[in-house]
Amino acid sequence: MKVTLQNLTKKFPSRSKKNPSEVIAVSDFNFEIPDGKLIGLLGPSGCGKSTTLSLICGLLKPTSGKIFFGDDDVTNLPPENRGVGMVFQNYALYPHLTVKQNITFPLENLRGKDKLTKQEMADKAFEAAKMVQIEELMDRKPSELSGGQQQRVAIARALVKMPRVLLLDEPLSNLDARLRLATREEIRRIQRETGITTIFVTHDQEEAMSISDLIVVMKDGVVQQIGKPQEVYNDPCNLFVAKFLGTPPVNVFEGRIESGKLMIGSSVIAETDSEDKAVTVAIRPEAFMPDDNGCLECELERVEVMGRDISILAKHEECISSALRAIIRAETEVDTEKSTVRFSLNKRKVYAFDKESEERIEVR
Amino acid sequence: MEKNNRKAWLYLLPAIAFLVIFMVYPLIDVIIYSFEEGYTFASQTKTGVGFGNFGDVLRDPYFLQALKNTFILVLITVPLSTALALLISLGISSINKVRNLFQTVYFLPYVTNTLAVGLVFMILFDKTEHTEGLVNVIIRLFGGSSVDFIDGPYWAKILVLSVYTIWIVLPFKILLLTSALASVKQDYYNAAMIDNTPKWRVFTKITLPMISPTLFYLVITGFIGAFKAYSDAVALFGTDLNAAEMNTVVGYIYTKLYGEGGGSPALASAAAIILFMIVLTVTVINLLVSRKHVHY
Amino acid sequence: MEKNFKKTEKNALIKKRVSKTVIYVLLGIWALAVLFPFYWMINSSLKTPAAYNSESVPRLFAADPTFGNYKDAFASVPLADYFINTIIFTVVTTAVMMAVIVPAAFAFSRMQFRGKNLLFTAFLSLMMIPNELVVITNFVTITNLDLRNTFTGLILPSVTSVFYIYLLKENFAQVPDELYLAAKVDGTSDWKYLWKVMLPICRPTVITVTILKVIECWNSFVWPRLITDKEEYFLISNGIQQIRESGFGRQNIPAMMAAVVVVSIPIILVFLFFRKKIMEGVARGGTKG
Repeated sequence: MKVTLQNLTKKFPSRSKKNPSEVIAVSDFNFEIPDGKLIGLLGPSGCGKSTTLSLICGLLKPTSGKIFFGDDDVTNLPPENRGVGMVFQNYALYPHLTVKQNITFPLENLRGKDKLTKQEMADKAFEAAKMVQIEELMDRKPSELSGGQQQRVAIARALVKMPRVLLLDEPLSNLDARLRLATREEIRRIQRETGITTIFVTHDQEEAMSISDLIVVMKDGVVQQIGKPQEVYNDPCNLFVAKFLGTPPVNVFEGRIESGKLMIGSSVIAETDSEDKAVTVAIRPEAFMPDDNGCLECELERVEVMGRDISILAKHEECISSALRAIIRAETEVDTEKSTVRFSLNKRKVYAFDKESEERIEVR
Repeated sequence: MEKNNRKAWLYLLPAIAFLVIFMVYPLIDVIIYSFEEGYTFASQTKTGVGFGNFGDVLRDPYFLQALKNTFILVLITVPLSTALALLISLGISSINKVRNLFQTVYFLPYVTNTLAVGLVFMILFDKTEHTEGLVNVIIRLFGGSSVDFIDGPYWAKILVLSVYTIWIVLPFKILLLTSALASVKQDYYNAAMIDNTPKWRVFTKITLPMISPTLFYLVITGFIGAFKAYSDAVALFGTDLNAAEMNTVVGYIYTKLYGEGGGSPALASAAAIILFMIVLTVTVINLLVSRKHVHY
Repeated sequence: MEKNFKKTEKNALIKKRVSKTVIYVLLGIWALAVLFPFYWMINSSLKTPAAYNSESVPRLFAADPTFGNYKDAFASVPLADYFINTIIFTVVTTAVMMAVIVPAAFAFSRMQFRGKNLLFTAFLSLMMIPNELVVITNFVTITNLDLRNTFTGLILPSVTSVFYIYLLKENFAQVPDELYLAAKVDGTSDWKYLWKVMLPICRPTVITVTILKVIECWNSFVWPRLITDKEEYFLISNGIQQIRESGFGRQNIPAMMAAVVVVSIPIILVFLFFRKKIMEGVARGGTKG
C-alpha cells in the first residue's frame, strides 16, 4: 500500500497561559511512501515524528492536509476503519489476556462477511506467532515474558489482521542494547517477508539507518531531508542533518569562504563557487587521513585503538565540537611522539553550511 | 544505621498507649464479656460462663428483625450502588467538559452530615397530616397512590433506607472507580480502536478486567459498610429503631449497650461478635471469589 | 470507495454526538438527584411554618421567603452551644491526633529499632478491627472513669488512627534518605528534622489527613451519642437528632431544616475549598469514617 502525505500539518493549542500561541507539531509534511518499503521517521524528541505516526494511524486528526492510503483519502477516517496495525512504544499488551488471546483479539472484532471461525482465528494467530517466533509462548501472560518477547507479541498482534500499513512507535526503545540489535534485524526480516508498508519512529539514528529503505529526518515539526540512509548520510542538506546522523558525530568548525576558497583558520580545505561569507564546516570523522603534507594541522591529544579502527583525538582552534575525533584504519601509522598531526581530507565528506541559514553550500 | 531503640519507642509511646487502651484491650474484653452470662451494668456480676449470651441474642426477635433488615439492605444496596457507580464513572470518564463540576457535585454526599441530610430525605418521603411529601406528590402524578414511607409498610421503609444508603455510599465508589478508569492506559484503548474493537467488547474485555481489582475492593468494602449500617437508619426513623422495625445489627448492639435497664454489655458483645463473624465470612467468600476473577 | 468512506465518517460523527448527549443528560440527572436534597433543605427552611404546613402539595419555591426559621432554630434549641461543642471537639481531637500520629509515623518511617516490622504489622492488623467491636468496652471504660458527659471522654478514644499513621508513614518514607543523612551530618536532631524538614516536605499529606479528620469529627455521631446524654455536651449530630425527637421536630419542619442548613454549610465550604485534597486523600484508600 502506497501512503501519501499531502501538506500534512498538525497544530496543538498552547497549554501554557503565558504563551498563547499554538504549538506546531507537524508542519506541511509532503511525502509519498512507496509500497512495501520500510520507512524510518527520525529526529530528536519533540520533533513531531510521533505526532506524524498518530496522524497516519488516525489517533490524531490533522489540522490541515491529507493522508491517502493508495488512492483512498483516509484523512477523516477513524483509526478503526483505516486497517492499520500499530505497535506501541510500551507494547500495550492486555495484561489480563494470554499471548494467544492478545494476538487473536483483533480477529475477534471482525464482523459480517469477514467473520472468522475459531479454527481460522487460531490458525492465523499461530501463523503470526510463528512469523515472530513466539509460538511456544502462546499460553503465557505478558507479565511472564521478557521485554523482547513482549515486543514480538505486540508485532504479531499488529500483523495478524494483515494491515495495509504497519506502524511502530519507538519499537526498540524499551529493549536492552544487545536485544535491540537482534530485534531490529527481526523487524527488517518480518517486513521483507510480509511486504507490508511499514513506518517506524525512532530517535536513534543508527537504528533508522541500519534497517530503513528510506529515512525521514525531522526537526521542530519540519521535514529536513528524505532519502536512502546512505544518501542522507553522505549528502546532508543542512547542518542539523549532518550533526544528527553518524556516530561518532561529525566535527564542526568555524570557517569562511574567501575568493572561492573554503578556509578553516589559515588552512584551505576546499574550493567553491559561492560568494565570500562566514560558514560552518562539518567534517565526518572518517574523512581525515594522516598526511604530513595535509591541509589541516591539529594539535594531537591522544590516540585510541579500537581494534579495526584507530580514533585520533585532536584539538583545533576553530573546532566548535566538544572533541575533534578522526577515525582511521588500524594499519595506518600514527606518530604519537609529535605534538601535532596533519590531515588531508576526503572532500566528499567535507560539508560547508551557511552560518545563518545552516543550508548546505556546495564545495569541491 | 545505628539502632535508636529508646528514642523510637518514645515517639511511638502515645500511639501505642491509646491503641492498647482503646483497641487491643477492648478487643479482648469484648470476647470475655460475650461469654459472661447474665452480666449487666446493673448487676455487675455474671451468673455463669458459656455460650448463653449468643443463644439469648439469636433468640431475640429484635435481633432477628435487625439481622433480616441488615441482610435485605446489604443485598439491595451493594449490587445496586456498585452498578450505578460504575455507570456514572463510565459516563464521567467519557466526557471532558464540566467533568470537574460533575465530580465535585457527586462527591458532596460523602462530606455532609448523615444525620442532617437524613432529615431532608425524611421530609421528602414523609407523609403527615399536613403534607403528602414531595415523593408522594410525584407518585400521584404518575397515577400511583401515596405511601407513608417513614411510618408505613415495611417494604416502603426498607425502600427509603436503601435509597438513602445508596445516595450516601455512591460518592466513594464513584471516586474510586473514576480514578481506576483513569489509570487504564490510553494505549490499550488506542490499540483496541485500531483493531476496530466494538464498544461493548472494549468494555468487557479491556475496561472491566483492568478495573476489576478496584471493583472487587468496592464490593468487599461495600459489604462491610452495609453490614454496619446504623446512622442512616437513625436519621430516617429516629433512635427507637426497634419500634420502627427498622433496627440494624449495629443498632441492636447499641440498644443493648445503652438501652433498657442500664444495658447489658454481655449481650451487646455477643451481638457484636456475631456481626463480626458474619462480616468475616462474607469477606472471606468475597476474597475467594475475587481471587478467581481478578487478573492481577 | 470514496463515497463509502464519507458515509462511515459521517455515521461515526453522528453516533458520537448522540452518545455524548445521552451521557450528559444522564449525568445531569444524577447531579440533580445529588443536589436536590440540598436545594430542598434550603427551600423548606425559607418557608414559614404555617406556609409549610398548609402546602399539602409542597411548592418548589418558597412563595414568601423568610429567615425567621433560622432565628427560631437558634432560639428554641441551643444550636449555638452544639456548634461550639463540635468546634471544640473537632479542633482538640484533630490537634491531639496529629500530635500522636506524626511522631509514630516518623518512628516507623525513619528510625531503626528492634521489633519495628512486627509492631508495624500489628498496627496494620488493627486496621481490620471494626469499631463496633471495641466501642462496647470503651463505653464501659469511659463510664468507669467517670468521664461521661465530658470533653475528655468524647475525645480520648478518637485520637489515634492506624490508617492515618499508615498514610503518613508511606508519605514520610518517600522523602529521600539523603536529606536525613545530610541533616545528621549537620548535627540536626531527629526532632528538629521532623519539624523543619519532614513535615514541610510532606505538608500536602499532613493537610489532607487533617481535613479528613476534621470532617470525620464534624460528622461523628455514634460515640457522642453513647457518651453524652446531657444537652450541654451534645455535638451537632446529636443536636440534630435531639431536634427531631423532642425539640420542635415534626411540628416545625422549616426550623428543623434551617438547623440542617446551618449544620451543613461549614462542612460544604470546607469541602469546596479543599476539594482536590479531600478527594485525593479519600481516593488513596480512605474509607467512610
